[in-house]
Amino acid sequence: MAVMTPEVPTLLPTRLSRSRPLFDPAIVTAAIGESFVKLSPVTLIKNPVMFVVEVGAALTTVFVARDVATGGASAGFGVQIAVWLWFTVLFANFAEAMAEARGTAQADSLRKTKTDVVGKRLLSGGRTEQVIGSALRAGDVVICEAGDVIPGDGEVIEGVASIDESVITGESAPVIRESGGDRSAVTGGTRVLSDWIKVRITSNPGETFIDRMIALVEGAQRQKTPNEIALNILIAGLTLIFLLAVATLQPYAAYAVSAAGVGSIPSVAVLVSLLVCLIPTTIGGLLSAIGIAGMDRVMQHNVLAMSGRAVEASGDVHTLLLDKTGTITLGNRQAVEFIPLAGVEATELADAAQLSSLADETPEGRSIVVLAKERFKLRGREVSDKSAVFIPFSAHTRMSGVDLDHRQLRKGAADSIAAFVREKGGVVPSGFTEATERIARTGGTPLAVADGRRMLGLIHLKDVVKGGMKDRIAQLRLMGIRSVMITGDNPLTAAAIASEAGVDDFLAQATPKDKLEYIKKEQGQGRLVAMTGDGTNDAPALAQADVGVAMNTGTMAAKEAGNMVDLDSNPTKLIEIVAIGKQLLITRGALTTFSIANDVAKYFAIIPAMFMTTYPALGAMNIMGLHTPQSAILAAVIFNALIIIALVPLALRGVKYRPESAAAMLRRNLLIYGLGGIVAPFPGIWAIDQLLVLLHLA
Amino acid sequence: MTAIGIYQILFFFLIILALTKPVGMFMARVFQGERTFLHPILRPMERLIYRLSGVREDVEQHWTQYAGAVLAISIAKFAFTYLIQRLQGFLPLNPQGFSTAAAAQGATPMTPDLAFNTAVSFMTNTNWQSYVGETTMSYFVQMAALTVQNFTSAAAGIAIAIALVRGFARHEVKTIGNFWVDFTRATVYVLLPLAFVAALIFASQGVVQNWDAYTQATTVEGATQTIAQGPVASQEAIKQLGTNGGGFFNANSAHPFENPTPLSTTLQILLIFVLPAALTYTFGSMVKDTRQGWSLFAAMSIMFFIGVFTAYWSEQRGNPILAQQGIETAVTATQPGGNMEGKEVRFGIAQSALFATVTTDASCGAVNTMHDSFTPLGGLVPLFNMQTGEVIFGGVGAGLYGILLYAILAVFIAGLMVGRTPEYLGKKIEQKEVKMAMLALIACAFSILVFTAISTVLQFPKDSYWNPQGPAIGNLNNAGPHGFAEILYAYTSGTANNGSAFAGISANTPWYNLTIGLAMLIGRFLFLLPLLAVAGSLAAKKQIPVTSGTLPTHGGLFVGLLVGTVLIVGALTFFPALSLGPIVEHFLMRQGRLFSLAIPSLMDLPWLS
Repeated sequence: MAVMTPEVPTLLPTRLSRSRPLFDPAIVTAAIGESFVKLSPVTLIKNPVMFVVEVGAALTTVFVARDVATGGASAGFGVQIAVWLWFTVLFANFAEAMAEARGTAQADSLRKTKTDVVGKRLLSGGRTEQVIGSALRAGDVVICEAGDVIPGDGEVIEGVASIDESVITGESAPVIRESGGDRSAVTGGTRVLSDWIKVRITSNPGETFIDRMIALVEGAQRQKTPNEIALNILIAGLTLIFLLAVATLQPYAAYAVSAAGVGSIPSVAVLVSLLVCLIPTTIGGLLSAIGIAGMDRVMQHNVLAMSGRAVEASGDVHTLLLDKTGTITLGNRQAVEFIPLAGVEATELADAAQLSSLADETPEGRSIVVLAKERFKLRGREVSDKSAVFIPFSAHTRMSGVDLDHRQLRKGAADSIAAFVREKGGVVPSGFTEATERIARTGGTPLAVADGRRMLGLIHLKDVVKGGMKDRIAQLRLMGIRSVMITGDNPLTAAAIASEAGVDDFLAQATPKDKLEYIKKEQGQGRLVAMTGDGTNDAPALAQADVGVAMNTGTMAAKEAGNMVDLDSNPTKLIEIVAIGKQLLITRGALTTFSIANDVAKYFAIIPAMFMTTYPALGAMNIMGLHTPQSAILAAVIFNALIIIALVPLALRGVKYRPESAAAMLRRNLLIYGLGGIVAPFPGIWAIDQLLVLLHLA
Repeated sequence: MTAIGIYQILFFFLIILALTKPVGMFMARVFQGERTFLHPILRPMERLIYRLSGVREDVEQHWTQYAGAVLAISIAKFAFTYLIQRLQGFLPLNPQGFSTAAAAQGATPMTPDLAFNTAVSFMTNTNWQSYVGETTMSYFVQMAALTVQNFTSAAAGIAIAIALVRGFARHEVKTIGNFWVDFTRATVYVLLPLAFVAALIFASQGVVQNWDAYTQATTVEGATQTIAQGPVASQEAIKQLGTNGGGFFNANSAHPFENPTPLSTTLQILLIFVLPAALTYTFGSMVKDTRQGWSLFAAMSIMFFIGVFTAYWSEQRGNPILAQQGIETAVTATQPGGNMEGKEVRFGIAQSALFATVTTDASCGAVNTMHDSFTPLGGLVPLFNMQTGEVIFGGVGAGLYGILLYAILAVFIAGLMVGRTPEYLGKKIEQKEVKMAMLALIACAFSILVFTAISTVLQFPKDSYWNPQGPAIGNLNNAGPHGFAEILYAYTSGTANNGSAFAGISANTPWYNLTIGLAMLIGRFLFLLPLLAVAGSLAAKKQIPVTSGTLPTHGGLFVGLLVGTVLIVGALTFFPALSLGPIVEHFLMRQGRLFSLAIPSLMDLPWLS
């Protein structure tokens, strides 16, 4: 059923089947079929609202069939009511089936990757034997060489290899996996591209990562989330109240008919119509689709949520722990300023700095060349012809540079360069230490530049905050979310970057234990915490956090501990996940409010119609001016059914979400879904009534 | 509507507004165990009660223990009241000799079903009266059974509300206070002092207070009239203050010995609202954010004004059929116009409409006018007030816990729209809270709708034990939709623990006594027990800090949301029933049709003829 079938069976499209069109013909066809299967009362009873509709439809059908058989007066009306009641159930089933079919489509494309591969199991004595992947148990050790597909999830215990993980991540660039450290986890189904590794299998057959992914996207393990259960209780309770209101209407009507002496007690079809219109069928029909679609949207962002509960919790998050490197900053220090010492021209410093960095391929080195070019129009020169000797950086000297034309240009750590200058017989000017400290105070790293015995000045290296990060953090604050920067830097550096990025708090020189403590402290104050992590030592914190997003490149321990895995291993994704969680909750609330608000208009359509002959005076309430009692009731029932279908795209896509304060969001959504929910059915029912009369259907 | 009428209503509201903060603050101190200016006098009394009853002031209760205490005292109160009524013939202070051979002809016998109904009624703070006080109850019953119940049922209501507030105010604890302590403090510091002062003022206005036998008088026309007496002032004060509403006399606050002057009627409605209004401030003070309390106050005020002006407008507009007959129904310099049927001339239309609205906004049920004689829309207001659970200030305690139930629902339904799982006052609203809130709503809807449905169609043989009048609708005073409204009103009043009567229905039969009794029990206990469970659940939760991502539960938006939730949930549940009652009656009246008296019931009473 996968539409974008990949060329190579082991390769999935970059974005795992993600940007699927909303109404993919194949999915729609499957969903329509499934809608009928779902009519089975055994499955439908899990949805009390739609179950009541089904019972009502069945009851109406029986009574209408009797009327038709006996040639009753208004059989045509009864048949139409019965048909639309069945449509109401089918439409709700269709919404759920659509959401599920989209998940299944993703699962199918994943399943294709699960070909049973043969692995080489290591036996005692160093021999290997060929074993089918599904026969491997946890604890077995296998050897994988270039070209092999890794037969199961495991941990590298020996060797290093480059691996193609595109089957999981969709990313075709190979990744390195090696024993020890945080890059030791490998996933079954991925392919070794070069070298060899010894892997200890960590999962039993049927419990592998891909197995779980398939189960999750298929919704096989889907459990209702706490909020969904509470909402179900609410709408089931409302259904019961409306059941009471409609069931008691029958004796009330009997009294009214005998008191007025005219008219008749409303028929079963009419009473069921009123009931179905009143009970919250809109949200009842769409609730599970909203939940499934929420998980699906997380998938579209290439994040695998282990449970719906985690997605729901992400909407509630109060505190985001963001790793500085890679999330808030670009992760590389960059040169931002040249600071010449007294008596040195800035151009001279820049020139020396650039020359000394020409062979330096580190991001820092490149940024120095670029800065000199930008500031002083110094072109990166080709120096090979000048008999230049490049001195590479070493941990011992802590400096690098170039020797050319009898000049010894060096750049490096401030104290190392100072020592170098003194060794050459020079003096370190008095302003040097001061300038060094000034840079350190602002969170930067000073890099000294010397030309032989002459100290030229300093380069200010700085951790650069990602573009737009400050805005995103401000948006988070608007949403009531505190962002906390986690860094291994010293407090001075951390404070400087924290203030530049605008985060609310930071945790400097953070050890995994510090992180865990910080999370516990926040949770102790009632806050929900989200974080990302990849290393094994992040695992306790990931497990403690309410939303723990493990990077796919991380260790198996981290992935087990978290409740989401980001297949792109992009720590910034945390912000998107929060937004998706919020969108899910808003969609639920909006459709619940809309569903309940809709009822007002339906009363104005049905109540006067029901008692038109008994109490013609109630016609004063027919403010929509509906033509006949039959057309009024039919119009309300049809509107009620069509609104479910009309809102399927909204349920699957989620309502529009933009970061703003809760007050602003509530005001806007109440206006659209509350007030809109009260008003919208009036013209809707009126129009259907007009159409019915035009078509001589009522 | 007249300017003076509108001013009366606004003036009343301003006094309530002014009293809310001081009284609310006082109660917050009392229930948090702080000292107040009354402690030097009353603290010894409080301690004495604890010493005598063995209550340990410092020991708190889990919600189940708290609920157990509420149930225990309710059962004891029921048994006590039932027995005193049944034994009144053997007890003192019975100058009219009720339940003895000396009873006058026409006195109502104290049957088991009547004693059951009355005992339930006063135990549940309903004060539905199937009996006629002056022809049924001895002074001893009125004082020892009924007046005492007026204090205790009100104190229990306040205690439960305070327990729920503690659920919001506390976090991560298992207990919600000690019922016996809350109950004692509500009685000693709040109800007794206020009732004492009010009773003196009533006596000064001419409310009687004696143990005399009834007076035989000869009218100017020479007819003999029996004038009932009794210890009225002492009962009158707590009847209003505790939102009980059970009148000493059948005519309730329309009777000149219960409510003789415009000043006394103003004091009566002030007493109804003062504690429920002040409790909103107590709530805000205890959750340490008085804006939260004022928001509830604002929501209640909006609904109060909608109701009171609808009723007043409709009553002043009068009956168009009378106008068609050439009768002056507009205000003139010499007469009030409008619909004066069933209203006391000394109160007029505005004070009557105001009283009717206030008594049903709160769960009082005292009346100074006959609700049955209201115009259809005027009568719809009290009915709808009760059907929405009496949350417009509401009963003492019951109003606060009722509006908090709606606040929980409002937050749950709309709160999701801010992108967080719902929370109210830092507490997550989850399965348990929703389940309990829905349980309370369903129980009330069930009681009102199903009992009404049964009574509209149930047939009894004529002169049967259960209903001597024959079919259950045989007890109605009026035909058509108005008769239907009478049944609906009776079960609504019982379920909502209001106790006011639309009158017009002869409810003193075993069938109605039993079913209205059950309605009162459902309305009281299936409402308060779920809410105590909510209190326990909330108290155990963590307190979530407020951020800009939190749904603000103060300010105009939330007030509007809360009002909308109350009105829409109430309207959706009861619209079909109401449309076959007052709504269709209204349209028919505009078309010139009325539903006249079926049987002249008041005239049947012996001492009037």
